[in-house]
Amino acid sequence: MTTIATVAAQDSALPKLRVDILPLLLVPVLALAMLPLVGSFPTWVTLTVAGLAMGMMVFMMASGLTLIFGLMDVLNFGHGAFVSVGAFTATLVLLPMKGWVEADSILLNLSVLGLAIVLAMLVTGMLGWAFERIIIRPVYGLHLKQILITMGGMIVAEQLIHVIWGAEQIPLQLPTTFRGAFIIGDAALEKYRLIAVGVGLTVFVTMFLVLNRTKVGLLIRAGVENGEMVEALGYRIRRLFVGVFMAGSALAGLGGVMWGLYKETLTAAIGGEITVLVFIVIIIGGLGSVGGCFIGAMLVALVANYAGFLAPKVALVSDILLMVTVLLWRPQGLYPVAKR
Amino acid sequence: MIKTLLSGDLPRSRLLSALLLVVLFGLALAPFLFPGARSLNVAATICVFIVLVASYDLLLGYTGIVSFAHTMFYGIGAYGVGLALHAMGPSWWAIFVGTAGALSLSLVLALVIGLFSLRVRAIFYAMITLAVASAFAVLASQLSDLTGGEDGRTFRVPELLQPGFHLFEGEILGRAIDGKLITYYLVFCSALALFLFMLRIVNSPFGRVLQAIRENDFRAEALGYRTVIYRTLANCLGALIATLAGVLMALWLRYVGPKTMLSFEVMTDILLIVVIGGMGTVYGAVIGSALFILMQNYLQVLMKEASGAMAGVPLLANLFHPDRWLLWLGVLFVLSVYFFPTGIVGRLRTRAALRRLR
Repeated sequence: MTTIATVAAQDSALPKLRVDILPLLLVPVLALAMLPLVGSFPTWVTLTVAGLAMGMMVFMMASGLTLIFGLMDVLNFGHGAFVSVGAFTATLVLLPMKGWVEADSILLNLSVLGLAIVLAMLVTGMLGWAFERIIIRPVYGLHLKQILITMGGMIVAEQLIHVIWGAEQIPLQLPTTFRGAFIIGDAALEKYRLIAVGVGLTVFVTMFLVLNRTKVGLLIRAGVENGEMVEALGYRIRRLFVGVFMAGSALAGLGGVMWGLYKETLTAAIGGEITVLVFIVIIIGGLGSVGGCFIGAMLVALVANYAGFLAPKVALVSDILLMVTVLLWRPQGLYPVAKR
Repeated sequence: MIKTLLSGDLPRSRLLSALLLVVLFGLALAPFLFPGARSLNVAATICVFIVLVASYDLLLGYTGIVSFAHTMFYGIGAYGVGLALHAMGPSWWAIFVGTAGALSLSLVLALVIGLFSLRVRAIFYAMITLAVASAFAVLASQLSDLTGGEDGRTFRVPELLQPGFHLFEGEILGRAIDGKLITYYLVFCSALALFLFMLRIVNSPFGRVLQAIRENDFRAEALGYRTVIYRTLANCLGALIATLAGVLMALWLRYVGPKTMLSFEVMTDILLIVVIGGMGTVYGAVIGSALFILMQNYLQVLMKEASGAMAGVPLLANLFHPDRWLLWLGVLFVLSVYFFPTGIVGRLRTRAALRRLR
């Protein structure tokens, strides 16, 4: 009886993928569980918002990497270079247009940030195109060489930043209206963090819509599942590769701008330092899964923030501990991608 | 005799043999040939790096594992000895305790990381080791009560190895036989022994299995070799030898610190040396290390002159700034991965083999 029933059900509608809800619950559960431990509600709100903001920034940087890996089976160890380049490109706008940065007007501040972001994304996107062309194309399918070559690309890129922008740290000023915090009740919410959350959510929603509601997104998702089949159906998957690589690099550039403004000083190593965190995030999320990457970023950032408040010594290794815990629960990450 | 010493893996190229002999004699007679503290320091660094890089080659070149935790094991060795000498005072017993402790910690870590992530793919292992190593570096610089934090620890070595110690009055070949010299020969001989040991390993049946895994792990598994176990063993061996290299470096410098022992720069140096010297050839470590360390110490002088000559041109002067030497090595690295993945040694060997055919 039951089999007949299921067959009938399948006839009427396409079988739906079972939605795996458990990882989705992790973030709210974690946040709520920490409330009694932190003790005071305002502190908890501040910590949580700070964690979410950091998570959003990490997500921007990590999403491109995980998508590139999912689609082309290339893990770009030089991804951090795009983060650095993005942040440094932003200085080309932020430093000369000091007037707009220092103006006490949200409109001018937002537009200067917008300009910086657009320029950074353009530059890193083009750089991504060149990187794919020159560095990665000859080594598709060869993992060992990929790791070595992208690592080499990272070294060269970092040194080139030194050549172009000099070896000194560059102080970066937050636009005037983004400084300070809103005080709601007793909780202090830093304005810039709220902006980061806004930008991050925009990126996530856009990505979600593009991947799930457009033809390109359909092709990308199909490519992640089975690239050969997409090719056999007559689509040029190579072009898709290049597009995704550029988009991923541009996202890293965006993340770099946000992250650089957050840190307020720039060094060429900024990308290399964040790379480790980005890797942990995409391992936790499941290599190749954008949704998992989002949850992973939130988890890592929240845990880092709570741990930093509750037990500063533990915070030094909280990322690793989190990764080990998640992998013990799901060895392939939160949302394993079928083929990997 | 030589054949047994080299485990039957001869250089197989006249030029390569000549280069190796130059390095060997250069290092063996360094205190007498190149007087001066700086050049002796360069020679000792080369010795240690030969061991460190060759042990990394065991993983990368022979087994096809990319690990970014090699500096962690190197650092464990250095910190083990350093902290033991710092805490227990200068005695041989402290060195022994430190070395033993470091070796066991390395072994446990290598085993755990290996069993945890080596069963998955190369990329996964690379990422995990990167994460663990960076966490370890952060720990070492933050737990300042134990490790001395960013400043590291200086310590005293047993009297025999102290620079002020004289074995006997008088000089040999114009050089006083002091503790520094004895330390140098301790480093040199240990490095030589470890190097020959590694040569032995890669040319043993065990080494052949590792190479088989590198070439095609699926086929190796099908032939009946438990690849996970072989990979883990190679990983542990590499880690232990890297630990010993760290011990030697700590004894030589009489200092441990996160910057010299654990920083990611050391890891990139190792990677550059292995690839430029030649992956999968232990000799590549010798040629690569000698070249690299010499360049690191003396190329910058050359670049300073080039940079000075181009002082008027804004970007070019920066390109040749002495601190930018890593840029050129990075470019060389990328080019060598593409065009001669077997590195200098592989190149020389192919050339010699072709000539023999003709």
